[in-house]
Amino acid sequence: MSHSDFQPKNPALQWIERRLPIFSMMHGSFISYPVPRNLNYWWTFGGILAFMLVVQIITGIVLVMHYTPTTAEAFDSVEKIMRDVNFGWLLRYIHANGASMFFLAVYIHIFRGLYYGSYKEPREVLWILGVIIFVLMMAAAFMGYVLPWGQMSFWAATVITNLFTAIPGVGKAITQLLWGGYSVDQPTLQRFFALHYLLPFMIAGVVGLHIWALHHVGQGNPAGIDVKSDRDTMPFTPYATVKDNFALICFMVVFAWFVFYIPNYLGHPDNYIPANPLQTPPHIVPEWYFLPFYAILRAIPNKLMGVVALFSAILVLAFLPWLDTSKVRSARFRPLYKQFFWVLVAVCIGLGYLGAKPAEGAYVIIARILTAYYFLHFLVILPVLGYFETPKPLPKSISEPVLGKSGAASGIGARAPEKN
Amino acid sequence: MRKTALLIAAAAMFGLGSIVSVQAAEGHIVIQRQPWSFAGPFGTFDRAQLQRGYRIYKDVCAACHAMKLVSFRNLAQPGGPGFSEAQAKTVAAGFQITDGPNDKGEMFERPGRLSDHFPSPDPNEQAARARFNGAYPPDLSVIAKARGVEAGLPRGLIDIITQYQEGGPDYLYALLTGYGKPPAGETIGDTQHWNRAFPGHRISMPPPLSDGQVEYTDGTPATVDQYARDVAAFLMWAAEPHMEARKRIGFQVMIFLLIFAGLAYYTKKKVWADLH
Repeated sequence: MSHSDFQPKNPALQWIERRLPIFSMMHGSFISYPVPRNLNYWWTFGGILAFMLVVQIITGIVLVMHYTPTTAEAFDSVEKIMRDVNFGWLLRYIHANGASMFFLAVYIHIFRGLYYGSYKEPREVLWILGVIIFVLMMAAAFMGYVLPWGQMSFWAATVITNLFTAIPGVGKAITQLLWGGYSVDQPTLQRFFALHYLLPFMIAGVVGLHIWALHHVGQGNPAGIDVKSDRDTMPFTPYATVKDNFALICFMVVFAWFVFYIPNYLGHPDNYIPANPLQTPPHIVPEWYFLPFYAILRAIPNKLMGVVALFSAILVLAFLPWLDTSKVRSARFRPLYKQFFWVLVAVCIGLGYLGAKPAEGAYVIIARILTAYYFLHFLVILPVLGYFETPKPLPKSISEPVLGKSGAASGIGARAPEKN
Repeated sequence: MRKTALLIAAAAMFGLGSIVSVQAAEGHIVIQRQPWSFAGPFGTFDRAQLQRGYRIYKDVCAACHAMKLVSFRNLAQPGGPGFSEAQAKTVAAGFQITDGPNDKGEMFERPGRLSDHFPSPDPNEQAARARFNGAYPPDLSVIAKARGVEAGLPRGLIDIITQYQEGGPDYLYALLTGYGKPPAGETIGDTQHWNRAFPGHRISMPPPLSDGQVEYTDGTPATVDQYARDVAAFLMWAAEPHMEARKRIGFQVMIFLLIFAGLAYYTKKKVWADLH
């Protein structure tokens, strides 16, 4: 894993380093780690996601200090945070909008991966770890949404847990295990609270593996070709660090816009109505980041098949490294795939729009067409495309288009610039 | 190539939108957007309006609706109606609060204090329903955030840029001014009233406001329209008492982040200059 023969100068640190090589590991991972020199700003979202995870964990821990996970008090305790806890409104709005920003960043990160073929050999495990993180994020976000115990919290919990009853044989038992009883009630809220606190740390663990795998195989890049020499790379610090830093601050501007100016834009007004098991809201709508999957669920008339389609839509991503038969990674050099990619983006946005609409009339028909296309993209188009598409010629190396043939002599290589 | 794909995607989205919007047109209730002093990045509450709104709440709404999350002390907090602490104390003392048990084990009544919450008009939901033919007047503490107006596309996306967050007060204003006779062919129950803004149009709440009902001492017109605006603004404050602080800090954060982003950009440029 180490890319560094770094030795600390301080004798105390040297003493530790000989027993636990943590300083050379950190140096190798975040200072001298070689990064392809052609990365664009789509590659900054990994760092942004790490930042969002930390933000969610810190604000979440403080919120827990004031939150009461009981059906009688959950709603009021959240309002107490909003009204009486010092900067409680800020913490809660950061946490609630932070979840949305986390998903915004992760969707950009995933589509970046799709466009540039980041899942291809040798990054299959890195990609699958990413899919696992995505699934854990969805579970954590869903359970977090239940905690304020508003109308949407309660009814989202009811709708989603009821999905498991569709599983033949054991469905009912699984659902009752999730509920801790025979309906969504106090035990459900309390176990969701416990799991909502647990999952982010599981995510952090898998993120550790994700980064480990990344640093082992090295980053992909927009050209989609392998690093061939030191000329193709530059050290992580300072080059990638300053670039990630700038992108992160720009992302924070968007984040702050939502937190301070439109903190309830992404939420649903019904979640400011305390949960009422006797009154179903006219439209039960999940948070925006689940809408495409919700549309897929409702597009299928059969409950079990709808649930299967919902989970397949996520799991199909894990098989992507083997479904995409093209040897060329980057869509830059795949003229047909590039067009199919943008169609897929439009289909996903369309599904998201339909997920927010009632499941009736033309909405259902369009949702079925888009759902069919979603699976068609992964299960038919990608495998077939690899055989029929003629890719454009690949550049000889990463540095060639950047530096030109003569510029190769500038020789920054994978070494930190010397200080003046 | 990317441009053509984007064009296809955009065309598909608009095609989808137009098919779908024809469907949504039936049974759609249009809520007009109103000008509010607290809208936008620098919006603040109009103190006089909040004080008038409080009077409407106290003289009209509070007879049936609870507002249990709001405390008397909130009335004197910065960013609110601007009552002095003495005034808030007087308001509190005007309410009888059930406290206890005392050292004899009995509950007792005492005048309200700043730390008390607004007492509810009914002891529980069942008592309220018994009083109102089975209808339950909702708690008003967060009602301005618990109601909204669906904007649809593309207006919903434009609202991100224009920072539209006033769907709640817009709806409350439309509801309070939306009473009228049912159109020909529509029937309503004995305990129901016709309201243009209410989903389903049949509302159990009788028209709460009438012209001249509450006397304003500051020369503001004593009309239903004005009452509705004032109480909607008051309820927005009750739902979001830290809104002014939020927007003020938000502006400071934005200035900081934009300067920081500028510095980070030039740092990045400087560091990368020796690469090319």
